[in-house]
Amino acid sequence: MGSGGIQIIEENENEANGTAVETDYSGHESVVRVRGVKRTYEIGGTSVHALRGVDIDIKRGEYISIMGPSGSGKSTLFNMVGGLDKPTEGTVFIDEVDIAQLDAFELAWMRCRKIGYIFQSYNLIPVMTALENITLPMIFAGRDLDYQMEKGRKLMEAVGIAHRMHNKPSQLSGGQQQRVAIARALANDPAIILADEPTGNLDQKTGMEIIELLKRLNRESGVTIITATHDDKMLDVSDRIVWISDGKIARIRHRSEVDIKVGTIEGEV
Amino acid sequence: MASMSAGPAKIERQISLPPEQAFKIALRNITIRLGRAAITGAGTMLGIAFLMSVFTSTAIQMAKGIEILPEQQQKNTWLVVMSLLVSVVGITNAMLMSVTERYKEIGTLKCLGALDNFVVKLFLIESALLGFFGSLIGSLIGMVFMLLTGMGVLGSIDWVGLLMRFGACILLGTLLSILAAIPPAMRAAKMPPVEAMRAEI
Repeated sequence: MGSGGIQIIEENENEANGTAVETDYSGHESVVRVRGVKRTYEIGGTSVHALRGVDIDIKRGEYISIMGPSGSGKSTLFNMVGGLDKPTEGTVFIDEVDIAQLDAFELAWMRCRKIGYIFQSYNLIPVMTALENITLPMIFAGRDLDYQMEKGRKLMEAVGIAHRMHNKPSQLSGGQQQRVAIARALANDPAIILADEPTGNLDQKTGMEIIELLKRLNRESGVTIITATHDDKMLDVSDRIVWISDGKIARIRHRSEVDIKVGTIEGEV
Repeated sequence: MASMSAGPAKIERQISLPPEQAFKIALRNITIRLGRAAITGAGTMLGIAFLMSVFTSTAIQMAKGIEILPEQQQKNTWLVVMSLLVSVVGITNAMLMSVTERYKEIGTLKCLGALDNFVVKLFLIESALLGFFGSLIGSLIGMVFMLLTGMGVLGSIDWVGLLMRFGACILLGTLLSILAAIPPAMRAAKMPPVEAMRAEI
């Protein structure tokens, strides 16, 4: 951090307990509910416990950041709430559906309609133009061409890249590619957007723009955003921040409980 | 499409990849990696060129009135089968490499809601296209080069039979190419969507 712009000062360290915070949310409508989830991998005959019992509720419309060092189980939890992995023990409900009960078709349908994915390395389909990348999930969803074109155009305007509609990903900058990816994630009006280190490959300024875009979309369309991140800039816009360590939730904090001081170096932002 | 008239209730529970879209994507995948596609297609091309040249030389011999010995025919069959097998293995190998290369892309498709069979469809269409064009070129090469050796008897060649074999060669080349792509396509389809999250490769 040092000369960087951001400092985090935490308060109320003494009541750091995941379950305590969870009960605060019991009355709200949750889009994701994680209950007693354990995940064990068998690697070369030995069991690796990636998650050792995690409980968390994520409210509809919430902007949540999951933080933790590599190997903490952060990615496993992240994949779990995104329907990319199933728990060894416990249950994960996405939109009140237990994902362990879904067959391949239902899982694919859920990924298509309920969840939008954003990746660190954008993952646009290289052979398709920006617009085609955005309309692809709509093709899967069985939308007709007129709908695709209109929605595609609207989304491109919403993320501010309408002028690059017919460009291939290779002709776009990293920030523009991530904007296309965000528009693609929104194509089928998902309940959740899952963003894996969305600013990891971007410079400070572009990263900030992407974060602001995500926050704006979160506010305007009420989509739940779940991010896994190392980026402290991301914490500032999050409603809650979840720290994972050693396969467990170390602590959950509301934005108001975390004092984030974002300073800038001249010319940086 | 059917989904239009069926109304929103029907749209809710379906995931689809219309054939024309699958075809478009597969064709793009070929054109954007033309070098690799050419190498994959060359496998089919060579095998089929050899088969067609055997057919053509047989037709020329018959036109010249030379009797074809059963031993020679047996030997030819053997060589053709071997060369086609080599082509099939070559295509499978090239397609497997192309699957590995596209791991992230396939994972992304699955994250966007693609079913296993969409991925299989894309790879098989791609291979069928390569097989078709490869065997079309191969058949032409095989036939034209052999015909050059039988310039004197062009008039007495059984053209109908030869053209039927030409068609059969293209059909066989395309089918073998599809067959060869089945193991790589299955492998691609089985890939878990979480692969898309990997930062490297």
